[in-house]
Amino acid sequence: MSSQVLLIEDEPNISEAIRFILSRDGCDVTALTDGSAAMDHVRAHRPDLVILDLMLPGISGLDILVALRADPETHNLPVLMLTAKGQGRDREAAERAGVSRFMTKPFSNDDMRAAVRALTAR
Amino acid sequence: MPFNVLVLSCLAYVICLFGVAWAAERRADRGLLGILRSPLVYTLSLSIYCTAWTFYGAVGYAARSGLEFLTIYLGPTLVFIGWWWVLRKLVRIGRQQRVTSIADLISSRYGKSNLLGVIVTVIAVIAATPYIALQLQSVVLSFDVFASPSDDGFARPGTGATAIWVAAGLALFTILFGTRNLDAKEQHHGIVTAIAVEAVVKLVALLAVGGFVVWGMADGPADIVARIHASPIADWQLEPGRWAGLIFVSAAAVICLPRMFQVLVVENADERHLATASWAFPLYLFAMSLFIVPIAVMGLERLPAGSNPDMFVLTLPLAEGQGGLAMLAFLGGFSSATSMVIVESIALATMLSNHVVMPVWLRLRPAKAVSGDVRRLVLLSRRLSIVAVLALGYAYYRMSGGSTALAAIGLIAFVGVVQFLPAMVFGIFWRGATRAGAVLGLCVGFAVWAYTLFLPSFGADAVLSGQVLANGPFGLSWLRPRAMFWVDGMDPLLHALFWSLVLNTATFLIGSILTFPGPVERMQGAAFVRVFDATGTGARGWTRGRAEPEQLLVMAQRILGDDDALAFFEAEAKGQGKAGYLPDPTPEFMARLERRLAGSVGAATAHAMMSQLAGRATVTVEELMAVASEAAQIMEYSARLESQQGELTRTARQLREANEKLTQLSVQKDAFLSQISHELRTPMTSIRAFSEILTEGDLPPMMVANYGRIIHDEAKRLTRLLDDLLDLSVLENGTVQLNLGLANLSQMIDRALASASHTKPERDFVITRDLPMENLFIRTDADRLSQVFINLISNARKYCDATAPELKIAVRQRLGRVTIDFIDNGSGIPKVSQALVFEKFARLSDQTRAGGAGLGLAICREVMANLGGTITYLPGQGGGAFRVTVPLRLDRKAA
Repeated sequence: MSSQVLLIEDEPNISEAIRFILSRDGCDVTALTDGSAAMDHVRAHRPDLVILDLMLPGISGLDILVALRADPETHNLPVLMLTAKGQGRDREAAERAGVSRFMTKPFSNDDMRAAVRALTAR
Repeated sequence: MPFNVLVLSCLAYVICLFGVAWAAERRADRGLLGILRSPLVYTLSLSIYCTAWTFYGAVGYAARSGLEFLTIYLGPTLVFIGWWWVLRKLVRIGRQQRVTSIADLISSRYGKSNLLGVIVTVIAVIAATPYIALQLQSVVLSFDVFASPSDDGFARPGTGATAIWVAAGLALFTILFGTRNLDAKEQHHGIVTAIAVEAVVKLVALLAVGGFVVWGMADGPADIVARIHASPIADWQLEPGRWAGLIFVSAAAVICLPRMFQVLVVENADERHLATASWAFPLYLFAMSLFIVPIAVMGLERLPAGSNPDMFVLTLPLAEGQGGLAMLAFLGGFSSATSMVIVESIALATMLSNHVVMPVWLRLRPAKAVSGDVRRLVLLSRRLSIVAVLALGYAYYRMSGGSTALAAIGLIAFVGVVQFLPAMVFGIFWRGATRAGAVLGLCVGFAVWAYTLFLPSFGADAVLSGQVLANGPFGLSWLRPRAMFWVDGMDPLLHALFWSLVLNTATFLIGSILTFPGPVERMQGAAFVRVFDATGTGARGWTRGRAEPEQLLVMAQRILGDDDALAFFEAEAKGQGKAGYLPDPTPEFMARLERRLAGSVGAATAHAMMSQLAGRATVTVEELMAVASEAAQIMEYSARLESQQGELTRTARQLREANEKLTQLSVQKDAFLSQISHELRTPMTSIRAFSEILTEGDLPPMMVANYGRIIHDEAKRLTRLLDDLLDLSVLENGTVQLNLGLANLSQMIDRALASASHTKPERDFVITRDLPMENLFIRTDADRLSQVFINLISNARKYCDATAPELKIAVRQRLGRVTIDFIDNGSGIPKVSQALVFEKFARLSDQTRAGGAGLGLAICREVMANLGGTITYLPGQGGGAFRVTVPLRLDRKAA
């Protein structure tokens, strides 16, 4: 069974790139452009991995991560966080909130694939 | 003329003066000061410088020594014209410190030292006594001149009896008007007005006699000049030393004489009056001296040899049978004498009562210092002092037998009071002057004056034996009174003046340099020397308000009287924002109260009384002064520390502000870098991901084309971002090159609409324009202004969320400026964000991506600043609305 991946990314081109890369690697990717429906989607579809952009309109990626970790059902759900800001402060904040993996944009497609494989291999 | 007629005339004249004084007091009580406090009255009151000595004696002086009498007028003239700034400083200090007399001034300057007050008082009384005697003598002489020819059986009293009646009458007049108010600083309106009237009387009298002499006895000015040439007065020889000395003495005396100080400083109502007096008073002196020589020449010519030249002013009209004129001259002389005696005795009485009687009484009854009725006591002591001063003058007159020439006595008194000069002048110009120096200088100067001039003036064997006069005490020839340090053959007056002032000044300077001023002294010194700098009250040593307001009120009532004290306390309480009569005893209030009390009882006494209440201790004045000194010292130090602390606090605050600004700048810089990083990395992420996908191959051609287009778009976006950043940087640095020229606004808008039409999402947009209004030419950088328009139009296209989007472009021209409004019908910008839209990367996060980097409006703002215009958000237009304002004619690059 293919891995279920939820991608939340507001930049349509980046979202398309990730969706294409992971689909070709055998993942089932659902893409959202903002975080408002994220929690509902996670509860309804139980994805194996959530890929979050840090800077999202409305609810930020960090807020979603905190909400996921606060819910016992999604407490251990792997979360890969992406950011284009590349500041150490953001990485620390994400790690404190319990992020599983942190990646800076731009990334190489190989790294992305490797990270997703590692996080979904159970 | 019968003696009784003369007495009646005098009485009538005095009653007249009395009426003037009384009317003036009544007007003053009703607050109608007006004329009473005019520069004219002030100047006329200064004329008490011209006493009977001047009125009668100047003619005698001229008859004996020629033009030398002029020195007595030249000195004051020089002071008033050339040194008025010294007078102004004295007057300012007098008003600020509520100085009551010259003794109070010197005592107050040197740390409110009562010792100095006593010394100055003693010198002033001793120096003034012969002077008062002189006035009595002149009145008696003039009585004699008038009354002697008559033999009408009216029993004429002896000269001694005349003098005592005159003295008693003057004492009564002075007490009635001089001690009505306790606060000497409240000023004697009645007396001053009466003196002004007397000044007019004596001037008119002297001018009338002079006019009679020139036009009545001689044949006009030409004739009188010829007679002067023929007379021995024209043979006078100028003695430069004596002239210079006499001019100096009279110049110094006009400041130092207690009565001059009284009218000049204490009675001064307005500093500006001094400006008038500085030319009007010399003019008065000039008028007074105008006819002296003619009268002297005529007197010497017409009157029998052996006539007293001091009485020429009277005897000339009498000899010519001009009874009425003689009467006027007599009243003039009488005026000169009485006005001088009245003011001098007021001044001396104030000094005696404030510096001798009150401190002694305070010391004798320290425990009950403020329990009695101090007001009554002060008034009583002042009245007794007036009587004492006149009694002393009378006693001197009887003792000396009235023999000495008038001018000689006057000059002796002058040299006596001139001893105040070093302490006074150094005191107001040199902060280093100390109490010890002042005490030393005054005592030495006074002793030398007494020894070389005053005591010898009584004649050999009167006080100093002939032996001492000739060979010096104990045969010490260098101590001979008329030839100190073997300086022989000098004019006795000059000799005394020279040695007394030189030794006075020398000891004063040495004493000042060798000793250090106490804290109170330092503060007073600063207050005096820098009187024009400081407008505030200055620290006065009342650090702790331990005194009960009730007690202070009781004390003030006893000194100032119920009404004045209550009014003062009520005003003070009101000033503190309190109702009633009891203000908090703050240091400022205590200092003001002390100054107010000082106006009544002198600075030293007021300070001692306040100290007693504040400390509630039964200690002596000196001990209290010591305590006050320490308190003052602490006060001064703490004030200095406070100011340093204030400076530190200020510096710290400035540093904190600078730090905050730097921190803020640093945060802004970090945020900006982080934003740029984000804006650069985002398109690069797409480019990298898709280029890797394309490299990996194995894609349908449709997708290759699609992904290639995305790479292309993102690369363009990246380029645009870099362009914007560079543009913004150039605009912000002000290094942008403007290409100014005339351009049609309508065409610019056309161009902008065309450029923006490709903006995505492409949709139908209704544009409303006002073409006739748009049709104007603007001198500006057309490309830059179009850039702003393009930005605004494409923003509207991107963000207007109405289903049928519309954009209205409205143009108005007003006062050399053009405003262009861009108003769409969308939801506009929320109020909270309106302030932010022009900031870099302020793209509102709720809006969907539209290709921009969030620098557009920031660039617009910078462009408009460079074009000398503005761009603002217009709230309340029912949609997104921006207003661009631009000058119609931009001549050069705006800052």
